[in-house]
Amino acid sequence: MDKLKEMVQDQFRTDLPEFKSGDRIRIFVRVVEGDKERLQPFEGDVISIRSSGNDKTFTVRKISSGVGVERIFPYNSPKIAKIEVVRQGKIRRAKLYYLRNLSGKAARIKDKNLR
Amino acid sequence: MPGLLGKKIGMTSIYTEDGRLVPVTVLEAGPCQVVDIKTEKRDGYSALKLGYGIRKEKHANKPQIEQYKKAGVDLPVKVKEFKSFDAAEFKIGDKILADLFKEGETVRVVGKSKGKGFQGVMRRHGFHGVGGRTHGQSDRERAPGSIGQSSYPSRVFKGTKMAGRMGQRQFTTGKLRVMRVIPDKNVILVKGAVPGSINSLVEIIK
Repeated sequence: MDKLKEMVQDQFRTDLPEFKSGDRIRIFVRVVEGDKERLQPFEGDVISIRSSGNDKTFTVRKISSGVGVERIFPYNSPKIAKIEVVRQGKIRRAKLYYLRNLSGKAARIKDKNLR
Repeated sequence: MPGLLGKKIGMTSIYTEDGRLVPVTVLEAGPCQVVDIKTEKRDGYSALKLGYGIRKEKHANKPQIEQYKKAGVDLPVKVKEFKSFDAAEFKIGDKILADLFKEGETVRVVGKSKGKGFQGVMRRHGFHGVGGRTHGQSDRERAPGSIGQSSYPSRVFKGTKMAGRMGQRQFTTGKLRVMRVIPDKNVILVKGAVPGSINSLVEIIK
Protein backbone atom coordinates (compact mmCIF):
# COMPACT_ATOMS: atom_id res chain seq x y z
CA MET A 1 0.00 0.00 0.00
CA ASP A 2 2.83 2.40 0.77
CA LYS A 3 4.08 1.89 -2.75
CA LEU A 4 0.74 3.19 -4.00
CA LYS A 5 0.89 6.31 -1.87
CA GLU A 6 4.36 7.11 -3.12
CA MET A 7 3.05 7.57 -6.64
CA VAL A 8 0.64 10.35 -5.77
CA GLN A 9 2.51 11.85 -2.82
CA ASP A 10 2.93 15.21 -4.50
CA GLN A 11 -0.84 15.75 -4.35
CA PHE A 12 -1.14 15.36 -0.57
CA ARG A 13 -2.26 18.45 1.34
CA THR A 14 0.09 19.34 4.13
CA ASP A 15 -1.20 22.86 4.70
CA LEU A 16 -4.45 21.82 6.41
CA PRO A 17 -4.66 21.85 10.22
CA GLU A 18 -4.92 18.59 12.11
CA PHE A 19 -8.45 17.60 13.08
CA LYS A 20 -10.17 14.49 14.34
CA SER A 21 -13.61 12.97 14.53
CA GLY A 22 -15.80 15.01 16.86
CA ASP A 23 -14.13 18.30 16.08
CA ARG A 24 -16.18 21.19 14.80
CA ILE A 25 -14.50 22.62 11.73
CA ARG A 26 -15.20 25.32 9.18
CA ILE A 27 -14.29 24.47 5.60
CA PHE A 28 -13.94 27.13 2.93
CA VAL A 29 -14.85 25.63 -0.42
CA ARG A 30 -13.87 27.24 -3.70
CA VAL A 31 -17.04 27.82 -5.70
CA VAL A 32 -16.88 28.99 -9.30
CA GLU A 33 -19.83 31.08 -10.44
CA GLY A 34 -19.55 32.15 -14.04
CA ASP A 35 -16.00 33.37 -14.24
CA LYS A 36 -15.80 34.50 -10.62
CA GLU A 37 -14.54 32.40 -7.76
CA ARG A 38 -15.63 32.83 -4.16
CA LEU A 39 -15.22 30.96 -0.89
CA GLN A 40 -18.23 29.23 0.60
CA PRO A 41 -17.94 28.22 4.26
CA PHE A 42 -19.41 25.00 5.60
CA GLU A 43 -19.32 24.51 9.36
CA GLY A 44 -20.14 21.31 11.21
CA ASP A 45 -18.93 18.34 13.22
CA VAL A 46 -16.57 15.79 11.70
CA ILE A 47 -18.35 12.47 12.13
CA SER A 48 -16.04 10.23 10.10
CA ILE A 49 -12.59 10.16 8.54
CA ARG A 50 -11.97 7.25 6.24
CA SER A 51 -9.21 5.75 4.08
CA SER A 52 -5.77 7.20 3.55
CA GLY A 53 -3.60 8.56 0.79
CA ASN A 54 -5.37 10.34 -2.03
CA ASP A 55 -8.63 8.48 -1.34
CA LYS A 56 -8.99 9.97 2.15
CA THR A 57 -12.32 11.64 2.82
CA PHE A 58 -14.09 13.12 5.81
CA THR A 59 -17.77 13.64 6.54
CA VAL A 60 -19.04 16.83 8.12
CA ARG A 61 -22.51 17.02 9.66
CA LYS A 62 -24.44 20.11 10.58
CA ILE A 63 -28.03 20.98 11.37
CA SER A 64 -29.29 23.52 8.86
CA SER A 65 -32.66 25.04 9.74
CA GLY A 66 -33.76 21.89 11.52
CA VAL A 67 -32.57 19.48 8.84
CA GLY A 68 -29.44 17.39 9.20
CA VAL A 69 -26.99 18.02 6.35
CA GLU A 70 -23.91 15.90 5.71
CA ARG A 71 -21.19 16.63 3.25
CA ILE A 72 -18.31 14.35 2.30
CA PHE A 73 -15.07 16.11 1.36
CA PRO A 74 -12.06 14.51 -0.32
CA TYR A 75 -9.22 15.45 2.03
CA ASN A 76 -6.64 16.36 -0.60
CA SER A 77 -9.05 18.22 -2.87
CA PRO A 78 -7.76 21.46 -4.35
CA LYS A 79 -11.32 22.80 -4.00
CA ILE A 80 -10.77 23.18 -0.26
CA ALA A 81 -9.26 26.61 0.22
CA LYS A 82 -8.70 26.33 3.97
CA ILE A 83 -9.99 24.67 7.13
CA GLU A 84 -10.42 26.20 10.57
CA VAL A 85 -10.82 24.08 13.68
CA VAL A 86 -13.58 25.77 15.70
CA ARG A 87 -13.43 23.49 18.74
CA GLN A 88 -12.23 20.04 19.67
CA GLY A 89 -14.75 17.45 20.78
CA LYS A 90 -14.50 14.77 23.44
CA ILE A 91 -15.68 11.53 21.94
CA ARG A 92 -15.30 7.78 22.53
CA ARG A 93 -15.45 6.40 19.02
CA ALA A 94 -14.02 7.25 15.62
CA LYS A 95 -17.26 7.14 13.66
CA LEU A 96 -20.08 9.23 15.07
CA TYR A 97 -22.93 7.86 12.97
CA TYR A 98 -25.08 7.57 16.10
CA LEU A 99 -25.56 11.33 15.94
CA ARG A 100 -27.92 10.79 13.01
CA ASN A 101 -30.44 9.17 15.33
CA LEU A 102 -30.24 11.91 17.93
CA SER A 103 -31.58 15.42 17.81
CA GLY A 104 -31.52 18.62 19.79
CA LYS A 105 -29.68 18.60 23.10
CA ALA A 106 -28.77 14.92 22.85
CA ALA A 107 -26.89 15.44 19.60
CA ARG A 108 -24.26 17.71 21.14
CA ILE A 109 -20.60 16.76 21.42
CA LYS A 110 -18.76 17.70 24.63
CA ASP A 111 -15.88 20.12 24.36
CA LYS A 112 -12.55 18.40 24.93
CA ASN A 113 -10.96 21.44 26.53
CA LEU A 114 -13.76 21.99 29.08
CA ARG A 115 -13.44 20.64 32.55
CA MET B 1 1.50 -2.12 -31.56
CA PRO B 2 4.50 -1.45 -29.41
CA GLY B 3 3.94 -2.40 -25.80
CA LEU B 4 5.53 -3.49 -22.58
CA LEU B 5 5.12 -6.16 -19.96
CA GLY B 6 4.47 -5.06 -16.43
CA LYS B 7 2.77 -5.59 -13.13
CA LYS B 8 -0.37 -4.23 -11.55
CA ILE B 9 0.49 -2.40 -8.34
CA GLY B 10 -3.00 -1.31 -7.30
CA MET B 11 -5.61 1.40 -7.54
CA THR B 12 -5.78 4.88 -6.11
CA SER B 13 -6.97 8.24 -7.40
CA ILE B 14 -5.49 11.51 -8.54
CA TYR B 15 -6.75 15.07 -8.87
CA THR B 16 -6.75 16.66 -12.29
CA GLU B 17 -5.86 20.28 -12.82
CA ASP B 18 -9.48 21.36 -12.67
CA GLY B 19 -9.91 19.64 -9.32
CA ARG B 20 -11.73 16.48 -10.32
CA LEU B 21 -10.84 13.20 -8.62
CA VAL B 22 -10.07 10.50 -11.16
CA PRO B 23 -9.70 6.77 -10.33
CA VAL B 24 -6.42 5.37 -11.60
CA THR B 25 -4.60 2.05 -11.71
CA VAL B 26 -0.90 2.13 -10.94
CA LEU B 27 1.05 -0.13 -13.31
CA GLU B 28 4.71 -0.99 -13.25
CA ALA B 29 5.71 -0.77 -16.92
CA GLY B 30 8.96 -2.53 -17.54
CA PRO B 31 11.91 -2.39 -17.52
CA CYS B 32 11.70 -4.89 -20.35
CA GLN B 33 14.82 -6.37 -21.83
CA VAL B 34 15.08 -7.26 -25.50
CA VAL B 35 15.82 -10.99 -25.38
CA ASP B 36 15.51 -11.73 -29.08
CA ILE B 37 14.89 -9.94 -32.36
CA LYS B 38 12.84 -11.72 -35.00
CA THR B 39 13.84 -10.71 -38.50
CA GLU B 40 12.18 -10.95 -41.87
CA LYS B 41 15.13 -12.89 -43.17
CA ARG B 42 15.41 -15.50 -40.41
CA ASP B 43 11.84 -15.86 -39.14
CA GLY B 44 9.68 -14.46 -41.91
CA TYR B 45 8.38 -11.60 -39.79
CA SER B 46 9.76 -8.79 -37.74
CA ALA B 47 9.19 -8.46 -33.99
CA LEU B 48 10.88 -7.78 -30.70
CA LYS B 49 10.82 -10.45 -28.02
CA LEU B 50 10.68 -8.71 -24.65
CA GLY B 51 11.37 -10.24 -21.25
CA TYR B 52 10.11 -8.88 -17.96
CA GLY B 53 11.42 -9.48 -14.43
CA ILE B 54 14.25 -11.67 -13.22
CA ARG B 55 13.55 -15.34 -12.53
CA LYS B 56 15.72 -17.36 -10.18
CA GLU B 57 17.69 -20.12 -11.87
CA LYS B 58 16.18 -22.77 -9.61
CA HIS B 59 12.76 -21.95 -11.02
CA ALA B 60 13.77 -22.48 -14.66
CA ASN B 61 14.82 -25.53 -16.63
CA LYS B 62 18.25 -25.95 -18.17
CA PRO B 63 17.32 -25.23 -21.80
CA GLN B 64 15.75 -21.94 -20.71
CA ILE B 65 18.76 -20.95 -18.64
CA GLU B 66 21.16 -21.74 -21.48
CA GLN B 67 19.02 -19.96 -24.07
CA TYR B 68 19.07 -16.67 -22.22
CA LYS B 69 22.67 -17.06 -21.07
CA LYS B 70 23.69 -17.42 -24.70
CA ALA B 71 21.87 -14.22 -25.59
CA GLY B 72 23.51 -12.53 -22.62
CA VAL B 73 20.28 -11.36 -21.00
CA ASP B 74 18.58 -11.83 -17.62
CA LEU B 75 16.38 -14.87 -17.11
CA PRO B 76 12.89 -13.36 -17.55
CA VAL B 77 9.72 -14.17 -15.64
CA LYS B 78 7.61 -13.63 -18.73
CA VAL B 79 8.38 -13.17 -22.41
CA LYS B 80 6.21 -11.82 -25.17
CA GLU B 81 6.70 -10.79 -28.77
CA PHE B 82 5.67 -7.32 -29.84
CA LYS B 83 5.35 -6.36 -33.48
CA SER B 84 5.68 -2.91 -35.02
CA PHE B 85 8.54 -1.81 -32.88
CA ASP B 86 11.22 -0.50 -35.21
CA ALA B 87 13.45 -3.53 -34.80
CA ALA B 88 16.43 -1.80 -36.36
CA GLU B 89 16.59 0.64 -33.45
CA PHE B 90 17.17 -2.05 -30.85
CA LYS B 91 19.74 -4.69 -30.13
CA ILE B 92 19.60 -7.69 -27.81
CA GLY B 93 20.04 -6.68 -24.18
CA ASP B 94 18.51 -3.20 -24.55
CA LYS B 95 16.10 -2.14 -21.85
CA ILE B 96 12.79 -0.48 -22.72
CA LEU B 97 11.38 1.70 -19.96
CA ALA B 98 8.07 3.25 -19.01
CA ASP B 99 8.88 6.45 -20.93
CA LEU B 100 7.65 4.59 -24.01
CA PHE B 101 4.26 5.90 -22.95
CA LYS B 102 3.21 9.53 -22.93
CA GLU B 103 0.62 11.34 -20.88
CA GLY B 104 -2.71 11.70 -22.63
CA GLU B 105 -2.44 8.78 -25.03
CA THR B 106 -4.60 5.68 -24.70
CA VAL B 107 -3.41 2.14 -24.08
CA ARG B 108 -4.87 -1.33 -23.90
CA VAL B 109 -4.10 -3.55 -20.93
CA VAL B 110 -4.26 -7.34 -21.14
CA GLY B 111 -4.37 -9.34 -17.93
CA LYS B 112 -5.75 -12.43 -16.29
CA SER B 113 -8.86 -11.65 -14.29
CA LYS B 114 -9.46 -12.69 -10.71
CA GLY B 115 -11.04 -16.12 -10.32
CA LYS B 116 -14.67 -15.94 -9.24
CA GLY B 117 -15.21 -19.68 -8.66
CA PHE B 118 -18.28 -21.63 -9.77
CA GLN B 119 -20.94 -19.08 -10.63
CA GLY B 120 -24.54 -19.36 -11.77
CA VAL B 121 -25.88 -18.09 -15.08
CA MET B 122 -27.12 -14.78 -13.69
CA ARG B 123 -23.70 -13.66 -12.63
CA ARG B 124 -21.69 -15.48 -15.30
CA HIS B 125 -23.77 -14.63 -18.37
CA GLY B 126 -26.15 -11.92 -17.20
CA PHE B 127 -29.32 -14.05 -17.41
CA HIS B 128 -32.39 -12.57 -15.77
CA GLY B 129 -33.59 -15.64 -13.90
CA VAL B 130 -36.88 -17.43 -14.48
CA GLY B 131 -39.16 -15.18 -12.51
CA GLY B 132 -41.15 -14.73 -9.37
CA ARG B 133 -42.05 -16.99 -6.52
CA THR B 134 -45.74 -17.39 -7.34
CA HIS B 135 -47.62 -19.50 -9.93
CA GLY B 136 -46.44 -22.71 -8.34
CA GLN B 137 -42.69 -22.09 -8.45
CA SER B 138 -40.80 -21.81 -5.25
CA ASP B 139 -37.06 -22.00 -6.02
CA ARG B 140 -36.57 -20.87 -9.64
CA GLU B 141 -35.58 -17.26 -9.14
CA ARG B 142 -31.98 -17.63 -10.35
CA ALA B 143 -32.52 -20.63 -12.65
CA PRO B 144 -31.36 -20.65 -16.31
CA GLY B 145 -34.72 -21.81 -17.71
CA SER B 146 -35.01 -24.24 -20.60
CA ILE B 147 -31.78 -25.28 -22.32
CA GLY B 148 -33.38 -26.96 -25.33
CA GLN B 149 -36.50 -28.53 -26.90
CA SER B 150 -37.82 -32.07 -27.00
CA SER B 151 -38.38 -33.71 -30.39
CA TYR B 152 -36.26 -31.21 -32.29
CA PRO B 153 -33.34 -30.79 -31.72
CA SER B 154 -33.61 -33.33 -28.94
CA ARG B 155 -30.18 -32.37 -27.68
CA VAL B 156 -28.44 -29.42 -26.06
CA PHE B 157 -26.52 -27.22 -28.48
CA LYS B 158 -22.80 -26.91 -28.01
CA GLY B 159 -21.76 -23.68 -26.37
CA THR B 160 -25.07 -23.20 -24.55
CA LYS B 161 -24.47 -20.76 -21.73
CA MET B 162 -24.58 -22.52 -18.40
CA ALA B 163 -23.22 -22.17 -14.89
CA GLY B 164 -19.55 -22.89 -14.35
CA ARG B 165 -16.15 -21.55 -13.46
CA MET B 166 -15.89 -17.82 -13.98
CA GLY B 167 -12.90 -15.52 -14.20
CA GLN B 168 -9.22 -16.41 -14.23
CA ARG B 169 -9.05 -15.95 -17.96
CA GLN B 170 -7.51 -13.37 -20.20
CA PHE B 171 -9.30 -10.06 -20.59
CA THR B 172 -8.39 -6.89 -22.39
CA THR B 173 -9.40 -3.46 -21.21
CA GLY B 174 -9.15 -0.91 -23.96
CA LYS B 175 -8.92 2.86 -24.30
CA LEU B 176 -7.33 3.52 -20.94
CA ARG B 177 -5.98 7.04 -20.80
CA VAL B 178 -2.47 7.46 -19.46
CA MET B 179 -2.85 10.06 -16.72
CA ARG B 180 0.74 10.21 -15.56
CA VAL B 181 4.14 8.70 -16.31
CA ILE B 182 6.76 8.45 -13.56
CA PRO B 183 9.93 7.45 -15.44
CA ASP B 184 12.28 7.15 -12.46
CA LYS B 185 10.01 4.58 -10.81
CA ASN B 186 9.04 2.94 -14.12
CA VAL B 187 5.40 3.45 -13.35
CA ILE B 188 2.44 4.67 -15.34
CA LEU B 189 -1.00 5.64 -14.06
CA VAL B 190 -3.97 4.81 -16.28
CA LYS B 191 -7.55 5.97 -15.80
CA GLY B 192 -9.91 3.19 -14.75
CA ALA B 193 -9.62 -0.45 -13.77
CA VAL B 194 -7.48 -3.21 -15.19
CA PRO B 195 -8.07 -7.00 -15.06
CA GLY B 196 -6.25 -9.07 -12.46
CA SER B 197 -5.24 -8.93 -8.86
CA ILE B 198 -2.49 -6.84 -7.29
CA ASN B 199 0.98 -8.05 -8.37
CA SER B 200 -0.42 -9.89 -11.40
CA LEU B 201 1.41 -9.65 -14.70
CA VAL B 202 -0.09 -7.45 -17.41
CA GLU B 203 0.68 -6.44 -20.97
CA ILE B 204 0.41 -2.77 -21.76
CA ILE B 205 -0.12 -2.14 -25.45
CA LYS B 206 -0.04 1.23 -27.12
